[in-house]
Amino acid sequence: MEGDDDKVFRALADPVRRRLLDRLHAENGQALVGLCEGMGMSRQAVTKHLKVLEEAGLVVALRRGREKLHHLNPAPIQEIADRWIGKFERVRVRALADLKAELEGGSDG
Amino acid sequence: MAESRFVYVTYIRATPERLWEALTSSEFTRKYWGETWQVSDWKVGSPWKLMMPDGNVADAGEIVEIEPGRKLVLAWTNEYRPDLKEDAPSRLTYELQPIGDSVKLTVIHESDTPLSRLIQAVALGWPAILSSLKTMLETGQPLEITRSWQQQGPSN
Repeated sequence: MEGDDDKVFRALADPVRRRLLDRLHAENGQALVGLCEGMGMSRQAVTKHLKVLEEAGLVVALRRGREKLHHLNPAPIQEIADRWIGKFERVRVRALADLKAELEGGSDG
Repeated sequence: MAESRFVYVTYIRATPERLWEALTSSEFTRKYWGETWQVSDWKVGSPWKLMMPDGNVADAGEIVEIEPGRKLVLAWTNEYRPDLKEDAPSRLTYELQPIGDSVKLTVIHESDTPLSRLIQAVALGWPAILSSLKTMLETGQPLEITRSWQQQGPSN
């Protein structure tokens, strides 16, 4: 049986799905229509990718009014970090990630 | 985007009663939520406050909806950062849903203000606090990073 971690890594292994997560990171709470814009693929294809992300717990869809809005759930990625980054290293790793982002002009890579 | 929203869903190996206690009781929150504690009589319409270790109020608001062990909705305004205090009151929702030997905890912190600075600020604080809450309930020890109050750090 596929465990939760396998689902997370499988979901993250696809560049299209990482791009969808990047877009939710930039603007959380988007409807399907907005997420499809500029993706260069059919609505059905985007829906399928979102379903994989939802099943891995990386995306949470909430109904607000008439819309179904998609949100990035940081919990699974946080749990991966908690697993391999020790309690003391965390602050240093964050500082190094910030430094890298600054040197590379604001991109997280 | 019409509004601002932070969403966090995690599964915690605990009973809903124990998780509820961990979310609301001072004894628990002091351990994993940067030494803070909450003041409220936990009834609909009652005031609610989140206290910093120095005794000042970090955030304040009121209980909008409460079903112990299942759901809590708070109106939430920041009280100690002038830049955040200007934001309209935000809304915090905890939803607890038992699944097997775990509870699915959904945390939604939202505001009608587009690009709310309050939501941006709490979005940086919540992940560490909630991860520490999970770790504390499952292992008995909270994460080091949330044990003390840090204004720029993990605390809301």
